[in-house]
Amino acid sequence: MSDKYKTVAYYPGCALEGTGHGYNRSTKAVARKLGLNLVEVPNWNCCGAMEVKNIDPEIQNYLSARNLSIVAEKMSIDTVMAPCNGCYHNLKKVEHDIAEKPKTQEVVDRLSQKAGHASYQAGEVETIHALDWLKEAIGEDGIRERVKNSLKGLKIANYYGCMYTRPRNIFPEKDQGGDSESTYQPHYMDDLLRAAGAEIVDYPLKTACCGGAHTLADSDTSTKLVLNLLQTAEACGADVIATECPTCHSGLEMHQVRAETEFGIKTSPKMLYFTQLLGLALGLSRRKLGIHENVSDAKELLKQKGLA
Amino acid sequence: MKTLGEIEQRLQDLRRDQRQNPLAAADELLGLAEQIMAHWLQSKDRVPTQEKREGFRLLALHRQGCIGDPSFNACRESCRELLYYHNLLHGAPEHAEVNSRLSMARAVALHLCLFVGGKMQDPELGDFCCSSRPLHTAGMVTA
Repeated sequence: MSDKYKTVAYYPGCALEGTGHGYNRSTKAVARKLGLNLVEVPNWNCCGAMEVKNIDPEIQNYLSARNLSIVAEKMSIDTVMAPCNGCYHNLKKVEHDIAEKPKTQEVVDRLSQKAGHASYQAGEVETIHALDWLKEAIGEDGIRERVKNSLKGLKIANYYGCMYTRPRNIFPEKDQGGDSESTYQPHYMDDLLRAAGAEIVDYPLKTACCGGAHTLADSDTSTKLVLNLLQTAEACGADVIATECPTCHSGLEMHQVRAETEFGIKTSPKMLYFTQLLGLALGLSRRKLGIHENVSDAKELLKQKGLA
Repeated sequence: MKTLGEIEQRLQDLRRDQRQNPLAAADELLGLAEQIMAHWLQSKDRVPTQEKREGFRLLALHRQGCIGDPSFNACRESCRELLYYHNLLHGAPEHAEVNSRLSMARAVALHLCLFVGGKMQDPELGDFCCSSRPLHTAGMVTA
């Protein structure tokens, strides 16, 4: 365990207050259990996700920069943790664009001045994902030491989705060799859940496309892609697909149901956030971890495995 | 060359057929993956390359497919995973896990087909996430 990331600014983002509420609840519960401090960014705003980005990517950049500016100016914390891949991606992207594109800094400066707050400058804040946070602050040894209810016997396929690793150029800290995270073969979730006792299956589609952003516009494409993700996890022997993004999680849950109703194909893997799984291993209850808030009902499975 | 629909059907059939010779199956899957890439390139009025990259035409085709469209990188790992299983199957055709490796190779090839097929219908698939581009550029305003 290191002091690094013991206290971080917490940027939950919109999804964690809605469909991803179980992720929010479990992230906070795990932090409390591990003695880590999450200080929520005051008066945070939407990262711009896809809605604003589709209208004007520079305004989307400004929205993300405003969140970073609050952390830099008001919180005296140099690290912000975003559990949602979309938020994490957008905060990383504005950091990259401000450093690389004068136009972005110019827009951020202008809009920040108009809004009456300090303009964010590249390098003032480090953005990390919930996986970076737990990997660094607690690590595998720290998890192993604290396990009260091992995940032994639970087979897990880890699904990282796309925005955690792509495009590579906005994640300069990845692919640095050694134990650094990989954009080709991400492994932080594997490392943490394995340390909690789970059996991690070799899942070849861990970053493959789920059609996420097209979920509503073209549901059949998304359903077919998700169905293949689910059937492949099943073929790997996975009981659970662990997720680390509310959009991926909702997409998997929603299209699992749709694949059954539209195509008559039923699949068995249950979806759980990795923080919910870690929380179970740390001895927290299903309710404290918001597992009852998931659409995918893992209650019976967890009972069978002695985890509930 | 098979149509994308025929390739998808063949991959679905292969998923159900567990009696295939692993080496022949590995080669067929690689050939189908190359055809999938060729469909993408031809839809962009490009001639699919015959060159190889890191010893495989599939990687050269994928690279060619990304030119001007970075979101096509969304299927980069699928191409590499398919080659990983192809190499495992060729390297150890008698291995105890040969059936499971073949099953994974089929799943990856099917994903490639579904992604490329989806992207040919909707070119913006992968734009928002994998290349961090807006989904819809028509009517866009600038700050």
